[in-house]
Amino acid sequence: MAVILDARGVNKSFGAVTAAAEINAAIEADSVVGLIGTNGAGKTTFINMITGYLKPDSGSIHYEGRDITALAPRQITRLGILRSFQVPQLYSSLNVRENMLIALGIMLHNAGRGGFFSRSRARPNVPGHDAPAEEVAERILERFGLAEYREKNAQVLPGGVRKLLDIALTLAAKPRVLLLDEPTSGVSAEEKFAIMEMVMKAMKAEGVTVIFVEHDMEVVSRFAERVLAFYDGRIIADAPPEVALGDPDVRRYVVGGELRRMDERAARA
Amino acid sequence: MPSVLGATLAAVIVGGPLLPQWALFILTIAFAQGLVALGLMLLLRAGLVSFGQALYYCIGAYTAGGLARAFNVSDVFLQMIAGAATSALAAFVLGFLLAKYRGIFFGLLSLALSMILYGLIVKSEALGSTDGLNIAQSTLFGVRPASAWVRYAVAVAAAFAGIGAAYLVHRFLETPLGRLGPAIKDNEIRVEYMGASVRHAIHVKYVIAATLAGVGGALAATTVGHIDPEMAYWTTSGEFIFITILAGTGSVLAPFLGALLFGAIHTLAYDLSPHTWQMSLGTALLLVIVFLPEGLWSLFARRRAG
Repeated sequence: MAVILDARGVNKSFGAVTAAAEINAAIEADSVVGLIGTNGAGKTTFINMITGYLKPDSGSIHYEGRDITALAPRQITRLGILRSFQVPQLYSSLNVRENMLIALGIMLHNAGRGGFFSRSRARPNVPGHDAPAEEVAERILERFGLAEYREKNAQVLPGGVRKLLDIALTLAAKPRVLLLDEPTSGVSAEEKFAIMEMVMKAMKAEGVTVIFVEHDMEVVSRFAERVLAFYDGRIIADAPPEVALGDPDVRRYVVGGELRRMDERAARA
Repeated sequence: MPSVLGATLAAVIVGGPLLPQWALFILTIAFAQGLVALGLMLLLRAGLVSFGQALYYCIGAYTAGGLARAFNVSDVFLQMIAGAATSALAAFVLGFLLAKYRGIFFGLLSLALSMILYGLIVKSEALGSTDGLNIAQSTLFGVRPASAWVRYAVAVAAAFAGIGAAYLVHRFLETPLGRLGPAIKDNEIRVEYMGASVRHAIHVKYVIAATLAGVGGALAATTVGHIDPEMAYWTTSGEFIFITILAGTGSVLAPFLGALLFGAIHTLAYDLSPHTWQMSLGTALLLVIVFLPEGLWSLFARRRAG
């Protein structure tokens, strides 16, 4: 498969703390990659560098062969690299439908549609969706099981629904690559798999390459096709989950405790 | 909305001749101040409070005054267009700086800029220093109305400008860029990560707000027949914020309603108690903040919802 995202010799330090040390990772199109590691291992820094929030001290990041290292977040977004956040970033004073319409409105604005000189009653199609914003919003909300919350204010939504909305918003922008920062953190154990199933199904249908940060190894082993294990700013394993999670270094530095708990749960079951 | 705006315009045209001169004056000034408040409403929707919108009000007024004195241009529409153009140009340049700031920094920086203009005019003999300058009576499309009809003619011109601006802002608020205001107020990070430039959106809104203030300033100058540096003073900016809070941000008509009420309270309070009129204004604002935190327009919104 073709490489869609390519990090080449990326380094990043915050004072004496090394958050990324010679990171090399070529992500293939349409793949699902799980990033694992303890807190402070460099996973979110890696995501932040891909999405332009942080600039590497050295090295480069390429998207479909184009160097995106120096681009601003909005420019990277416009290329098709979207992200969700550990703490959902929503428009809290607006309801769920309005949140979605804002996201779709930005797509229209960037495409030069629906502007001031458009006919006042015109409802232009959202680029990539081939339907007016209101219809696309309904479609995405249905797809993520959010339709029943459409008139609810984003501020009062339950944790799992907020997570889903945060991810659903990215679909409005027709992502080619989606980076999910801990999509199941703060979500109940029962909701975790349901959320991931829904997200992965939607992204697979759209042909989106997914990179997700996750601490729950059951989620990683079930959904990731490839695992990048981070430790101390370095990638210490890059392999399919069944191989990576069995790697001695990964077991020792990254997921030892978590895997022990998984084994115990399996034994009890 | 267009039908409500049209009805308001028709009411001014038909009802104007029935109003006494003083009421026409208050109405015209309400349109002038309402234009400034309309711009402030746009900024407020994006979470920005400008403490220095009098800067553009003053630029618009001095542009109108300059046209009248230097080029003998007394046509009220030409003065408003020129006031809009100079204010827009100034805001376009200053907007590159202001669009970087948020919260109290945005507010105080805008205040500082208006006070710089105030200081420059005060020091300038050519601009009339603290005394200001008088402006010749207005004309409309080259016609000078009979003196009894001047106030009415200017009031109608003001209504056209105010209602026209309200319609254009209403249209703007329906565009994707116009709708970004509450999103920017709520979460700039998400706006940027969805692919929009927050700074660009704020810059555009800032220029629109300044353009409206410029029209308002030119209108006030030609209505009063006098311009002075007080038009850039911080208390003038304070009055515009007062009107915006009084009105609320629920509709493009709200700023005009707020300005009209402000003018009425101001006139009445000054008439009844010349030495303590500020107390009456303060009390009115206090009551609105306590009982109608969304502004006067929320009364209409509630009624419609109910």
